[in-house]
Amino acid sequence: MKTRDLSELAARNLREAVLRNSLTTLGIAVGVASLVAMLSLGVGLQELANKRLSKSGLFDAVFVSSKTNQRGMGRQNPPESPASKELAKIPLDDEARQKIASLPNVVEVYPEIRFPSEIQFEGKPYSTTVAGIPASAKAEGAFDGMKGNFFSSQNGDEAILQIEFAKDLSSQPDSLIGKNLVMRYAERQPLPAEPGGNKSAAAAGAKSSDEPKDLSPGFSIVPKEKTFHIIGIVETEPATGIGGFGRGRLLIPLQVAETLRITQANDLRGILRRSGSPRTYDSLTVRVKSPSLVKSVEDAIQHMGYGTFSLLDATKSLRLVFAVFDLFLGIFGSLALAVASLGIVNTLVMAILERRREIGILKALGAADRDIRRLFFAEAGVMGLLGGIFGVTLGWLIGTALTFGTNVYLRKRDLPPIDLSSVPWWMVASAIAFSVVVSLAAGIYPASRAAKLNPVEALRYE
Amino acid sequence: MGDALVHAVDDVTVSVRPKEFVALLGSSGSGKSTLLNLMAGLDRPTLGAIFAHGRNLAEMSSEDLAQHRSRTIGMVFQAFNLLPRMTLEENVELPLRLAEVDRNERAGRVREAVDRVRLSARLTHRPSELSGGEQQRAALARALVNRPTILLADEPTGNLDSATGDAILHLIQEINESLGMTIVMVTHDRDRAARYAHRIITMGDGKLLSDGNKI
Repeated sequence: MKTRDLSELAARNLREAVLRNSLTTLGIAVGVASLVAMLSLGVGLQELANKRLSKSGLFDAVFVSSKTNQRGMGRQNPPESPASKELAKIPLDDEARQKIASLPNVVEVYPEIRFPSEIQFEGKPYSTTVAGIPASAKAEGAFDGMKGNFFSSQNGDEAILQIEFAKDLSSQPDSLIGKNLVMRYAERQPLPAEPGGNKSAAAAGAKSSDEPKDLSPGFSIVPKEKTFHIIGIVETEPATGIGGFGRGRLLIPLQVAETLRITQANDLRGILRRSGSPRTYDSLTVRVKSPSLVKSVEDAIQHMGYGTFSLLDATKSLRLVFAVFDLFLGIFGSLALAVASLGIVNTLVMAILERRREIGILKALGAADRDIRRLFFAEAGVMGLLGGIFGVTLGWLIGTALTFGTNVYLRKRDLPPIDLSSVPWWMVASAIAFSVVVSLAAGIYPASRAAKLNPVEALRYE
Repeated sequence: MGDALVHAVDDVTVSVRPKEFVALLGSSGSGKSTLLNLMAGLDRPTLGAIFAHGRNLAEMSSEDLAQHRSRTIGMVFQAFNLLPRMTLEENVELPLRLAEVDRNERAGRVREAVDRVRLSARLTHRPSELSGGEQQRAALARALVNRPTILLADEPTGNLDSATGDAILHLIQEINESLGMTIVMVTHDRDRAARYAHRIITMGDGKLLSDGNKI
C-alpha cells in the first residue's frame, strides 16, 4: 500500500475511535509536556545563570598583568624560566594597551581606577571610594533596573551613586538624581626636569645625593575639585575587574577618571621609574566579546608576553553542573512519557481486538502482513506526532506560567523579572521526534501482533 | 480444539477450468469453506498443493499470497464483510488502494464495477444504509474492481431472502458469462447450485463425495 493511502486509512481509523485515541494522545502530550517543562526549566536556569555571569563582567574578562607584577595569579609562567625573564622586560604601557585593544574579539581594554575621595554634597563632606566605570559595563547585570540612566558618554561629568552611598547623602535617594556633587581628589602633576641636576624634589619624592642620574623628575600631588552631575543610582556594586577589584560607591566614566590624572597607589612606584619611560599600568582588564572567546584572547595576550588570568575554568565546571542537572530533569520528564507509551500499547492492543474482523477483511482483499503492520505503526506515529506537538505547546505554557508566577513574586519584592524557562527550537524538534520514536516503539508489539493475525480466524470473529 | 489437528479437508483433488462456474456443495463442517479459503490463499494446507495459474499456493510466501489475493482473486462472503464506516464507494476502492492502483485510474474502475452491479445511485451510502441485497452487490463490485480472474463466493446468498439471493446469483452468472471469470461458489442450496453452476462438487466430512456434472 502506498504511503498516502496508508496515512489516509490510519487517519480514518484514528477518527473513528476519536475519544479513545484523543485520550491516548493526551496522555502522550502530558508526558511530552512534563519532559519539555522540566528541560525548559533546566535550560532556562542555565541561560539565566550564563547571562548573569556573563553580565557580571567576570567571565568575559581577562585580567592582564605585567610579568614583573605577578601576584600569584596562577596562570603565568614561573618567573625563573628563561622565557619569562625575557618577557619581564615588556612593560604594560599605553602602547601595550593599544596592541591588546586591537586584538580580534576584544571589546575594551581599561585599567582599574579606584581611589579614595572626599565628596562635598550640599555643604557636607563625605568620604568614599570612587571607581571609573568603562562603557562596556553598561551591559552588566549590575546596571539592570538602575534608577536614572547610565553615562550618556565616556566624557561627560556624570556620576552614578551606589545605593548605600546615596542613602548616606540623603534619606530620599531618588531625589538625588539631577543634583550636583563635588569630588575632591589628589591630582598628579609632573615636575619639570631641572637642567644639570636631579633635583626631583617633590611632595612624593625624596631627594638623595646618590640618586642615579636618569630618574624621573617626580611629581607633586595637588588637591583638586570637580563637579559631577548625578544621573543614576544603582542597587548593586558593579565589578570592573576580576574579583570586584573595581568596586566603588561613586561611579564616574572611566575615561573622565583617566584624564583627571588622579594619584593612585602605583604612582609611588612610578616616581622611581627611569626618566623618559612611559607610564605603565599595574594591570589591565580586557573585555572580550563572549566568554567562549576568552581562551583565544588570553592566549594571544600571553603570547605578547604578559601574565593573564580569567575565570574560564569556573564556567566549565558550571556547564558540567547544568549538564547533569538537565540530565536528571530529562530523566524525570521521560518517566511520564514512558507511562504514556504504555497507554499507546494499551490503545493499539484494544484496537486489534476491536478491529480483528477488519484486519481479516483487509487481508482477504489483498493486504500483506507488512501493510497491516505499517497501518498500526502509522496510527501510533500519528498519535506520537500529535501528542508531541500538543505536549510541546503544553510544556511551553507550563514554563511560561511558571515564569509569569515567579515574576509576579519577584515584582512584589521589587526585583527585576527573569526568564525562568526557555524552549529553544532544538528542544521543540527533539521533543516531537522523541515522542514519535517512543510511540513507534510502543506500536511495535501491537503492530506485529495485528500483522500476524490469521485472516480466516479474523473473518470468523464476530 | 487446541493443538489437536483436524482434517478439515482431506484427500481432495479438484480442478477448475478457466471460465467455469463451479458450486461447492455440502453441509456445514463438510470442509467446503476451508477448501475455498485454501484456493483464496487465506489459509495454507498442511500437506498437498494448490495450483492457480501454474503456481503452487502452498509454497508461496505470505507476501506472494497477499499478491495472489489482490490480483487473481475476488472474494464474496455470506456476511458481506463491508467496512461499516466507509461509504460504498470507499469500500469498493479499498482493493485498488491495497493493489497500489494509480489514483487517477481508481474513480473509473470503481464506477465501472458499481455500474456492473447496478448500484451507481448508492455510491455515498454506508453499508448500514443499504439493504442486504445491495450490500452483497456492493461486495461483488469490490470483488470485481481489481479485475481478478477468479471469483470465490462463500455462501453469497446465505443472509438473503430467496428473491434477493436469486438476483445475486443471476448477477454472478452474468459476470461469469460476460467477463469470462472463473467462479467457485460455496453453498448448501442444491437447487440453486444446479440452476446456476456448470459443475457441482459435493463434500462431506472434509472429503470429496462427488465431482461431476449437474444432477
